[in-house]
Amino acid sequence: MLAYIVRRVLYAIPILLVINVITFALFFLVNTPDDMARMQLGTKRVTPEAIAKWKAERGYDKPLFWNGAAAGAGRFTDTIFFEKSVRLFVFDFGRAEDNRDIGNEIRTRMGPSLALAIPVFLVGLAVNITFALGMAFFRATYLDFWGVILCVAMMSISSLFYIIGGQFLVSKLWHLVPISGYAGGLDAAKFLALPVLIGVVGGVGAGSRWYRTLFLEEMGKDYVRTARAKGLAESTVMFRHVLQNALIPILTGVVVVIPLLFMGSLLTESFFGIPGLGSYTIDAIQAQDFAVVRAMVFIGSVLYIVGLLLTDVSYTLVDPRVRLA
Amino acid sequence: MRAILLLAGVLAGCTGVWNDPYPASDRGRNILYSAFTERPKHLDPVQSYTEDEAQFTQQVYEPPLQYHYLKRPYELVPLTASEMPQATRGRDGRTTVYTIRIRPGIRYQPHPAFVPGNLALSPERIAALASPYALPLGTRELTADDYIYEIKRLASPRLQSPILGLMADKIVGLADLAQRLRKFDTRRQDWLDLRKHRLEGVEKVDEYTYRVRLKEPYPQFLYWLAMPFFAPMPWEADRFFQQPGMAEKNFTLDWWPVGTGAYMLTENNPNARMVLERNPNFRGEPYPEEGAPGDAGAGLLADAGKPMPFVDRVVYSREKEGIPYWNKFLQGYYDAAGIPSDTFDQAVRVSVGGDVSLTPEMEAKGIRLRTSIDPSIFYLGVNWLDPVVGGDTPRARKLRHALAIAVDWEEFISIFLNGRGRVAQDPMAPGIFGQRTGAEGIDPVTHVWRNGRAERRPIGEAKQLLAEAGYPDGRDAKTGAPLVLYLDTVGRGPGDKPRFDWWRRQFAKLSVQLEIRDTDWNRFQEKIRKGSQQLYILGWNADYPDPENFLFLLDGPQAKVAHGGENTSNYENPEYDALFEKMKNTANSPERQAIIDRMVGRVRRDAPWIGGFHPVTYSLSHAWLQNGKPNNMARNNLKYLRVDVALRERLRREWNQPVLWPVGLILALLVASAVPAFMSYRRRERKMGSDQHFGGSHA
Repeated sequence: MLAYIVRRVLYAIPILLVINVITFALFFLVNTPDDMARMQLGTKRVTPEAIAKWKAERGYDKPLFWNGAAAGAGRFTDTIFFEKSVRLFVFDFGRAEDNRDIGNEIRTRMGPSLALAIPVFLVGLAVNITFALGMAFFRATYLDFWGVILCVAMMSISSLFYIIGGQFLVSKLWHLVPISGYAGGLDAAKFLALPVLIGVVGGVGAGSRWYRTLFLEEMGKDYVRTARAKGLAESTVMFRHVLQNALIPILTGVVVVIPLLFMGSLLTESFFGIPGLGSYTIDAIQAQDFAVVRAMVFIGSVLYIVGLLLTDVSYTLVDPRVRLA
Repeated sequence: MRAILLLAGVLAGCTGVWNDPYPASDRGRNILYSAFTERPKHLDPVQSYTEDEAQFTQQVYEPPLQYHYLKRPYELVPLTASEMPQATRGRDGRTTVYTIRIRPGIRYQPHPAFVPGNLALSPERIAALASPYALPLGTRELTADDYIYEIKRLASPRLQSPILGLMADKIVGLADLAQRLRKFDTRRQDWLDLRKHRLEGVEKVDEYTYRVRLKEPYPQFLYWLAMPFFAPMPWEADRFFQQPGMAEKNFTLDWWPVGTGAYMLTENNPNARMVLERNPNFRGEPYPEEGAPGDAGAGLLADAGKPMPFVDRVVYSREKEGIPYWNKFLQGYYDAAGIPSDTFDQAVRVSVGGDVSLTPEMEAKGIRLRTSIDPSIFYLGVNWLDPVVGGDTPRARKLRHALAIAVDWEEFISIFLNGRGRVAQDPMAPGIFGQRTGAEGIDPVTHVWRNGRAERRPIGEAKQLLAEAGYPDGRDAKTGAPLVLYLDTVGRGPGDKPRFDWWRRQFAKLSVQLEIRDTDWNRFQEKIRKGSQQLYILGWNADYPDPENFLFLLDGPQAKVAHGGENTSNYENPEYDALFEKMKNTANSPERQAIIDRMVGRVRRDAPWIGGFHPVTYSLSHAWLQNGKPNNMARNNLKYLRVDVALRERLRREWNQPVLWPVGLILALLVASAVPAFMSYRRRERKMGSDQHFGGSHA
């Protein structure tokens, strides 16, 4: 398995390189270094000299991909792409356009993002599985019917509606928790209670429907019929056999998501004033801060690759028939 | 249920309110609560130039002058200066000299930069620091050298001062210093000690006096002396933050200001909150004893003569979205707030006659409304270089006049700004010297004075002008082709559609077709730079309350395409330009008024701007916040504010009692909905049991 993991890690390098090239090309397709300078320098009294100085300070005064004026390897290395990209591979993210250290920001913001994402993930998983099991257990009854209708309805509602509705009811009308904000330590609980609740409720529709489908698929298999034929109670069939076997696709589905929890939630963090990485990414996109956008895309890609690798490894753990070579 | 109530009890911290976003330890303390929406980019006084940043920098940094907090029109008064500087003629007879004397005895806030041992910290020590304030703190007296050091920093190649270009044209030797420093500072590894580099036009007279020599008379320089660009910077602070390892911790002057002001920034987390604390070394500047008419009646002189500041701590929380911001204000967790457009009707009533008042809900909470006209203008500009609408021909002028009458700015303000604006009659904002009011203040091209108010001229006159311009019924008289005009604007999304439709309707009144070229800010800027726009919408927020700061927007030598200046209309008129040159160096006087009248008359005749509006800011504050008065020129207002903490605590408790019955109801509903499932489960289990008991008859 070790050889497999090493091979996958090596595969990741060209993938990350291509992602980096695409990010770079897309960003500079719609933004020029001059645009970035103007965005950072504001709207008043921005002179061409100030723009030139801003670009020179940050290395944006060089060609994008190819420096014809340089000699030898400098043609490739003395470019914006090379200077801004190579350091990413050693996780040196450099400085944002407002001169703040990106690595420091990421370390600071990771905590709030995880404090929100982990409870939403764990509680959401438990609620979704429970709800889906219930629907599968009562399949083809009015409970299942209305459960599916409820799921479809909940899936159809925008997450923004849950956020605004939740803030309106729970915080504004009932005064149960602060409407937004964040604090470290135990104080975080009162700020996270509502976003976690909203995150869980907002995910119930899609999650439960998906898991219900998995459970129903398992319930149609021969071993379930055998179990029933043996005279096992339906609850035993469901919880001991169906649930256990359905966990394989569930597990592989969720493992890939686990590393991405670091990236935070764009919308929820913004509305609840949680200073996480999702909020950081949104700010950077709005401010055309290429340094941050590039760093966040890179981290997202790395985490996704790690997630896929973990998924493959998890297959071997939950299904003895699978061997990685 | 019990567990939830227990959790709720923990959340509440035994205080009675559960939704308090602040720590329980802060309750009852003399703290002012506010919010910021945009994270500041720069807090270095040399680089900072936005209002979002000024709300922090102007509490910390003290330039020599400031605006009187209460008097209107705005009036400059000394801050750290002992008197108002006067312009004198230089010895060479050409230059203008300002001698600035600062008051002795002013001390800096406690800061680690003033402890000599902190100027040579090891990288390991720096890496372990959570905040610069974790180090031993010191202070020292403010001297003239600190002001000189800051002026030199304008020219530093390591910094990006937005006013370097402007000041290099004004201060003797500043351009030369910038050039010398660029050549000298190529390696950028060590601290750039600006004390070693001479600036010809700035000299120290004694410990508390310095002189600034300007190349030419520039009366507006005094206004710049009220901005943080000219605040003092101790060399020790520059040296302290240049130590290796500081930048990696985000410990820079751009993020940790060091000043002599009433407050010091002790917590800087632009992602979540910024905290200003009372500077213990502040000298205790007295609250103003005079104000504008009506200020005494409004209680704004109740604290006259008392030492400021009144508030111990100011907590700014980051609020990126308007809804949480507004609701937290209503719950009493912010002491003051603006009014988001979405909630305007919830807060304010506008009568048929245009009178503005608070809604009963707001009045019941004791909330106060204050309005003020911003020193800004938003205008519909014409590109003077455009062959159809631009240029000084009678045809183009009549076309512009027709459009100026047709575009109903009064309606625009009513529909899109909830009435929060005033139609611009000339390029200057209200309250600025030189602007006429009443009948003599209206633009006769677009308005007439009737029944004591300005009325827009009828659309028939516009049609007549359009026909005279060669476009009867919106068609070219020679070719019969419809007149199509193009408006460049910066779109903000699908929500702009009503606005765009409105623009088309204004032009359609004259049967003129309007094509809207919606673009992003960068592309828009590019068009303006190249002069490829025809009509465009832009705004200007004044740096200082002087007519020069508005009228320069139409000065020919500052045209965008030809000279890269701020005259985005590229308007050029020799008479106007000559008058501007004369006006800008003339003190406020009847002579200056006469020049301005001629300039405004010229602009109205030529119409390089087809009207516009001045935004009006509505701000709300709770009953417990005292001494609040809008000041659109300065943001150093925190030191004047006072909070009635006991009243705030009482009202917050009243307004935020938790409502528990919905929680109980939801839990009951959940339980009730589980009952049929449970019963169904039991029924099914029993059925299966009986099936098995009777031998599985269905099998």
